[in-house]
Amino acid sequence: MSAIAGVAPPVRRVLPRGSTLTVGIVILSAWVLVALLCPWIAPYDPIAQDTSATLLPPGAAHPFGSDNFGRDILSRVMWGARVDLQMCVIGVALPFVLGTIVGALSGYLGGAVDTVLMRVIDIVLAFPFLVLMLAIITILGPGLGSFYIAMALVGWVSYARLVRAQVLSLKHRDFIVAARSLGYSHGRILFRHLLPNALTGSVVFAMSDCVLVLLSGAAVSYLGLGVQPPVAEWGVMVAEGQGFITTAWWITTFPGLAIVVLATGFSFLADGLGDRLGVRP
Amino acid sequence: MTLLQVSDLTIEDGAGTMLVDGVSFSLEKGEILGLVGESGSGKTLTCRAMLRLLPGDGLRIRRGEVRLDGADVLGYDEPRMRALRGREIGMIFQNPASHLNPVMSIGSQIAEGRRIHFGASRREARRDAIEWLRQVGIPDPARRVDNYPHEFSGGMRQRAMIAVALACEPRLLIADEPTTALDVTVQMQVLRLLRDLRDRLGLAVIFITHDLGVVAQTCDRVTVMYAGRLCETGGKREVLAAPRHPYTQGLVTCQPSSDGGAGRMITIPGQPPLAKRFPTGCRFHPRCGHATAQCAAVQPEMLPVAGSGRHEAACHHRMEGTRAGRDHVR
Amino acid sequence: MSASSAPLLEVEDLSVAFPVSQGLGFRRRLVHAVNEVSLRIEAGQTWGLVGESGSGKSTLGRAILNLEKPRSGRVRFDGRLITGGQAADVAMLRRQTAMIFQDPYSSLNPRQSIGDGIAEVLRVHGKAGGTGLTARVNELLVLVGLSPEQATSRPHALSGGQCQRAAIARALAMEPRLIVADECVAALDVSIQAQIINLLMDLRERMGLALLFIAHDLSVVRRLCDQVAVMYLGRIVESGPARDIFDHPLHPYTAALVAAIPEIDPDMPLPGELLRGEPPSPVSVPEGCTFHPRCIQARPSCRQGPPPALRRRGDRAFACVLHEGDDGIHPVTKGA
Repeated sequence: MSAIAGVAPPVRRVLPRGSTLTVGIVILSAWVLVALLCPWIAPYDPIAQDTSATLLPPGAAHPFGSDNFGRDILSRVMWGARVDLQMCVIGVALPFVLGTIVGALSGYLGGAVDTVLMRVIDIVLAFPFLVLMLAIITILGPGLGSFYIAMALVGWVSYARLVRAQVLSLKHRDFIVAARSLGYSHGRILFRHLLPNALTGSVVFAMSDCVLVLLSGAAVSYLGLGVQPPVAEWGVMVAEGQGFITTAWWITTFPGLAIVVLATGFSFLADGLGDRLGVRP
Repeated sequence: MTLLQVSDLTIEDGAGTMLVDGVSFSLEKGEILGLVGESGSGKTLTCRAMLRLLPGDGLRIRRGEVRLDGADVLGYDEPRMRALRGREIGMIFQNPASHLNPVMSIGSQIAEGRRIHFGASRREARRDAIEWLRQVGIPDPARRVDNYPHEFSGGMRQRAMIAVALACEPRLLIADEPTTALDVTVQMQVLRLLRDLRDRLGLAVIFITHDLGVVAQTCDRVTVMYAGRLCETGGKREVLAAPRHPYTQGLVTCQPSSDGGAGRMITIPGQPPLAKRFPTGCRFHPRCGHATAQCAAVQPEMLPVAGSGRHEAACHHRMEGTRAGRDHVR
Repeated sequence: MSASSAPLLEVEDLSVAFPVSQGLGFRRRLVHAVNEVSLRIEAGQTWGLVGESGSGKSTLGRAILNLEKPRSGRVRFDGRLITGGQAADVAMLRRQTAMIFQDPYSSLNPRQSIGDGIAEVLRVHGKAGGTGLTARVNELLVLVGLSPEQATSRPHALSGGQCQRAAIARALAMEPRLIVADECVAALDVSIQAQIINLLMDLRERMGLALLFIAHDLSVVRRLCDQVAVMYLGRIVESGPARDIFDHPLHPYTAALVAAIPEIDPDMPLPGELLRGEPPSPVSVPEGCTFHPRCIQARPSCRQGPPPALRRRGDRAFACVLHEGDDGIHPVTKGA
């Protein structure tokens, strides 16, 4: 295999090559640690109110300040990491699994099955994402569970399309024809040979999807339809701090920053993983 | 005067490995030189270096000269190089489908060269394009000049690519495995075309290939490369009839049509080394049936074969004898 | 070549066609990739199937192994009908045949080590199991010239030649009676190609298997095969023992192909022009004898009517109107 391609233009990188993945992993690991250890490292109980310490700016006692109920923002940000990380993982895993199954079957079986499923995907995609989410959550009633169900029902389409496209292109590759010539069953070919090769793109996409899920979850909670107060969740915190933005900026800003940092971490992870696996998300 | 003189060309990668090591050869006007080698031999890299079109990734020319009509091309600045590429040295590639622009008509691609390098007007350039299509043997050129690459068959695309390259009237054409992907009957036609162009226009060609049969039919001289270094060079008759380097001998016996064309072939054991693990001394020695301790320690020099002016081989032993190399049987 | 028992593989009037959309996609035309091909392969024979692009040789190879659905015709393996046949018979075909492909890297699962790939065949088909599995995998690797340490390597870590050997090992794990090799050396360097060809020769002798070697490189076919079939635009235009076909080709296309082989002897005179034009695409097949536009010996009668039928001369067959009324065989050689 010739190693000589054409002339490749230099790629502009934000960080030196190879470190994107590292940075992403570091950020994510930091948040995971915070989420795991918060019972021990958070200075205060996140829902404990202290009417004597309301609206304090960042200082010695409250490094991130306190909100209008006297709750410590730092502790709430730490405990919020649990909720938000959980939201990302489950909110991505459900659509991933559902979408992969549908996409794989659609691509592999082709024909009428494929046509029908593709039309279903088109219908779901015709609706704006957030509108559909909100509609489902409203019907099911607010709460994290509804959020997950809504994500599963709406988010699977992207994965289905990705996996289907990959399966379609791999279906005719020699090693699949070889598997058929070796008398392997369809099930074996699909799960043992096709899918492991078809999932690379989806895995990378899932990483960047975490960003979307995080932001959707925060938005939904901000609108009052997701996590319910007094649970600490960054979107809820941003909503709660809205009224105080000019007087007590810290209530909104710190959870907002947390969202940005975590999202950036996922982004870098997706980018780095994409580089490593040779996939552009 | 020698049209092209490459001296001691050495290209290294980011890790300091010499992917092309001390390669020297020359080319006269009107001569077809076969540059023979397998994967990893460095033949393509050498030719890209002549056009200063090395892929990014840390590859750089460590030392050496590439003299075109006496002037060292490696010292040119980028604008001068752009004037040289196409106009003085042209290149055609193995897969014409990927080296022709699919959304431009064949005629426009040929005409582009005329307009850039000769300042031809649109009308003149189109006329030239039709003429060049005729020169390379495309039937009905006036009609086909507006076709797109996908409307041409494989062999015609290759001819079209030759027309694109030749329309710039280079003195030297680098042909990188131009017939490897073609059907054998089409290959024959394209080879005939190249010979014809050499005879009519005095075109000098560096013909990169791994097929010694093509060399025998088309080339005047041949240079064999292995793992970035030269093994043997000389007139095609001498090298093919009496190769002196064991690798060349092995290549000859590996051709399926050699030795009566039947029965087991005498092959070269093992495979070409990876760049990261080039052997010391003679890079071929691990696969050579005649290797001695000297071969593992000392890199052999290109020295003339006794009794022949231009036939040289880089081997400590310079094995006598013809194609039979009974010692390395696999 | 009549055999007392049924031939290993019998192909009768097989046709395979693909729909192709023209222009805006409203008119769907059929491309006849394989057109009424008949072939008999006896056990232990090595057949070369040669042709240029558009000849349909790869499609025929796949159709024989039931990997393409034929439009008409029959394939019989060991006497049992495969085309439209019982699932049990098709399963038997799968167990006794295997295929190797042109691109060694894409014919292996990129995420599977070569050892696992071979082991999977052995397990699925019950050829070995438990403790005997690793031993058999290693045995096969050594048989094709690889070392057992390479069993854990994935395709991208191996060279093209090594991958091809791994693919051959996987095919051999089936203990097949017929292997279809589709251009399996075309993508390899010439020295590696020679090693693989030697390997195939050795395996053929040791295991007595039949080989259908699909290739466009006639010099390789000349070396490896004892029988040859030449295809042009989906039809077999000549077939017979390899030696005879290469020394005395009867069909003008075969003669041109043989003449076009670049011989390594620099003193050999260059062949004259034996062929016009280029291999046509199977989308637009000429009338009459499909080869006539390129044939330098074409007569007016060649342009019309159905393509010439296959005529037999002993164990040879060819589809051309030349040599009519001959008792002997007039060679169509270089420079004629």
